[in-house]
Amino acid sequence: MKLKQLEALLGNLQQFSNPKVELEQYPTGPHIASRMLFTAENSFGDVSGKVVADFGCGCGTLGLASALLDAQHVIGVDVDPESLEIASENAEDLEVDIDLLQCDIKNLGWTGQIVDTVVMNPPFGTRRKGADMDFLFVALQVASQAVYSLHKTTTREHIKRSALRDFGACSAEVICELRYDLPQLYKFHKKKEVDIAVDLWRFVPRTN
Amino acid sequence: MRLLTHNMQACNIKGVTNGFPFRVEAEEVMEKQVDFNADFLRNLFPKIEWKALVEASRAMGYHELPDEADSSLLDSDDFLQKFHRALPQLHLEEGAFVCPETGRKFPTALIKCI
Repeated sequence: MKLKQLEALLGNLQQFSNPKVELEQYPTGPHIASRMLFTAENSFGDVSGKVVADFGCGCGTLGLASALLDAQHVIGVDVDPESLEIASENAEDLEVDIDLLQCDIKNLGWTGQIVDTVVMNPPFGTRRKGADMDFLFVALQVASQAVYSLHKTTTREHIKRSALRDFGACSAEVICELRYDLPQLYKFHKKKEVDIAVDLWRFVPRTN
Repeated sequence: MRLLTHNMQACNIKGVTNGFPFRVEAEEVMEKQVDFNADFLRNLFPKIEWKALVEASRAMGYHELPDEADSSLLDSDDFLQKFHRALPQLHLEEGAFVCPETGRKFPTALIKCI
């Protein structure tokens, strides 16, 4: 599948109807999502034929993109049942299969490196400090091959240090810096739309 | 919901210590065609809790998997075909996962999640 096709398909997905600020629910736009998965597949071979988990999947964008790029098995995990319902409808619209689990990432309880690849757009930890780190910690525990994640560029050093030193990653690299355009979703947003600088990371978990 | 997901997930209700594996109550099961990928199955096999897979597949009406399996079977095409039919192809469309300790049910029908 071409990048343009992937982006177009993702552009048609339903997004949050009532975004919940405490969960930092922001949609992953089709531009970012398509590039993230396209790179994971075409530069690293981390998607096609693999078991892929999408953590904090929300409406399922990244997991569905994985399924469109021929992941063998996709699991979306989110704590919010309303989002999962939308993700399920999105999967039906695209005619792809993904399994959806309602679960807090911290309680996931998977043992060993049971999936190949984790893709995620986690909460950035601006509402609840450390939320992004919880996601990264668990992702690096359960993935055997790679973790793709988005984090604010301002936290780059912190992310790198935590991944390598505390979470045992073998490597942590910023693949590219992106502009994440946040629409005015919540009442506390004063500007109509803001661009924030976001890093697309690729982490390689420790080898067992 | 497919059996690989079932094989990974334990019940995480607070206080539950033996939440794995979920018992499966099947109401509607579907088998969907998926391209056979022997390498995928071989790589996955060591990570699978075999007993949990066998019990769940039987609860879904599929009785072809042997009680015990070790890696020597991965050379057998017959075994791989049976494994393939269970793992990526069987879908629990409607039914529930039941926590083995508390008996609490998580329906898959509503939002296909537990």
